[in-house]
Amino acid sequence: MITDLYIFGDTVVHRLGPGKKLLALLVLCSLLFIFESWLALLPAALLVLAGFWLAGLSAHHAFAALRPVLWILAAIFLIQLFYSGVVGAGFVVMRFAVLILAASLVTLTTRTSEFVDGIMAGLRYAPRFVPREKIALAIAMTMRFIPRLRAQFDEIREAQRARGLERNPIALLVPLIVRTLKDADEIAQAIEARSVD
Amino acid sequence: MSIRDIVFIALFAAIIAALALFPPIIIPLINVPITAQSLGIMLAGGVLGATRGGLSVILFLVLVAIGLPLLSGGRGGFAVFFGPTGGYLIGWIVAAVVIGFLTERFWHRLNYVSSFLICVFGGIVVLYAIGIPWSAAVADIPVATAAAGSAPFIPGDIVKALIAAVVIVTVKRSYPLIEAERADRPSAA
Amino acid sequence: MIVFENVSVAKGGRPVLHDINLTLGDRRIGIIGRNGSGKSTLARLFNGLEKPTRGHVRLGSAPVAPDQGAGPDPKAGDSAADALRHLRRHVGFVFQNPDNQIVYPIVREDLEFGLKNLKLPPDERRRRIKATMQRLGIAELADRFTHELSGGEKQLVALAGVLVMQPAMIVLDEPTTLLDLWNRRRLLTVLEALEQQVVLVTHDLDLLDGFDRVLLIDEGRVIADGPPHEVTDRYRSLAA
Repeated sequence: MITDLYIFGDTVVHRLGPGKKLLALLVLCSLLFIFESWLALLPAALLVLAGFWLAGLSAHHAFAALRPVLWILAAIFLIQLFYSGVVGAGFVVMRFAVLILAASLVTLTTRTSEFVDGIMAGLRYAPRFVPREKIALAIAMTMRFIPRLRAQFDEIREAQRARGLERNPIALLVPLIVRTLKDADEIAQAIEARSVD
Repeated sequence: MSIRDIVFIALFAAIIAALALFPPIIIPLINVPITAQSLGIMLAGGVLGATRGGLSVILFLVLVAIGLPLLSGGRGGFAVFFGPTGGYLIGWIVAAVVIGFLTERFWHRLNYVSSFLICVFGGIVVLYAIGIPWSAAVADIPVATAAAGSAPFIPGDIVKALIAAVVIVTVKRSYPLIEAERADRPSAA
Repeated sequence: MIVFENVSVAKGGRPVLHDINLTLGDRRIGIIGRNGSGKSTLARLFNGLEKPTRGHVRLGSAPVAPDQGAGPDPKAGDSAADALRHLRRHVGFVFQNPDNQIVYPIVREDLEFGLKNLKLPPDERRRRIKATMQRLGIAELADRFTHELSGGEKQLVALAGVLVMQPAMIVLDEPTTLLDLWNRRRLLTVLEALEQQVVLVTHDLDLLDGFDRVLLIDEGRVIADGPPHEVTDRYRSLAA
């Protein structure tokens, strides 16, 4: 399976249930968009930083979380500078930073398997019309087949390299998809063979 | 929804994840990488149809959200939805559904041209119609400015729509999934 | 024991099997035939993956797939579903490619899948998984990721996923084609030790040496039926 983004730890933040962390994240996000003020943003920022500190995460983890959006945040800052000055620009960019860091804090301190277990447990309370088993099966199956599809993608790329087509997207995608759809038939049969109803 | 449909949905979510391995093409000047993943979104709709395509994109995004680094560049987790471009990820679901719906509608007249136009509509027009206002709202900037910021991605997305159209039509020839669906359940059409 | 009565299968209007009549009570049964002969379709009839266009497949004395010509009588539909359930519960099916059969990321979860379908309690599930894995000599694989297994390990895990459901009969469709000589021998040893009735579809004629009965399928018909050497000789003469 693919490794998740979890950073190992045994802290208060790590031990908090995935549902609670997720709820806290959504509440924080809503509050920051409802109360567009520094009075909300500064405590939120402190809270998130405290969370990082409590979870034993370093500045390096925080920077890694922000790096993918650095350029786009810089662009937004410049645009905002034009419309609402330094303070307004700083607010919008900092709100993004706080939200992204808060979301990363949840991701870095919660294993994917905890979320999956949480989803499965939650499905037990779902109304009857929700196809619970099928949802559970779909999640498990996707996680099982991602490494296989990556391997098949590499295999097809190798095969096409022999023909000089390894950078031709069509020569890579068509075999990958057709092969997968064919496999899907047999996988479905194999599941049915182990189902009793 | 049959077991076979569930398998298609799961496998396509895995295909979208595998496409993160596709080497990104960097557009010079603006330094914008074109990734194959949004191509996977077009393919999900165009190969599986609206319902299964949409569900496979949702499944993929759920796995991204719960901490698997499946987006190109190894990104993942809840943070990607909270950034300025989170709307595009949500828009992927709608894009796959729209492309799937139109592909089903035009199934018997599907060719490179019609499939390309469908992919452009769903994968660019609809997607940007969600992504741009979303960015504008969360970044507190005018929609026109957000649109200007997205414009550099359009050439790359047109190339992707071209590739997707060729793949969708080729796969249809050897593995016509949507038609098979209709033959099974003629009353559903 | 499984009985085929006047079974015919047609796919897309093309006949695949013609009027098959068989009573299979032997413990070790082989099915051979050239590509496209209909042997895979025959194998898939055993546990209802394929349904007869005409005729019946019965397990023991219970009807397993009633005549489709019976019409749209809702009761007939019910009994067809019951019959299918009966068949699924008693006949396990192992596919050629274990990669298409393993659907969970962790070995133990995959074995548990069939047991959950049988609605067994967690204790019983754990007990059966442990016993089955020990029996196949793969107990140490329980917590491994399925995609990290070798080809031979995958085939054994796929077999374990079926055995753990304790079927009365196991059908294997070319289970050795992806295996090296060592894993092939390991699988063969495991198969020999099974107390269940085994039906093996294969191109690997040597596997059938100790079998009780071998069927040769050609163009949708059983053209030879008897002890291994007699039937494999006939098959070789077909290719000559």
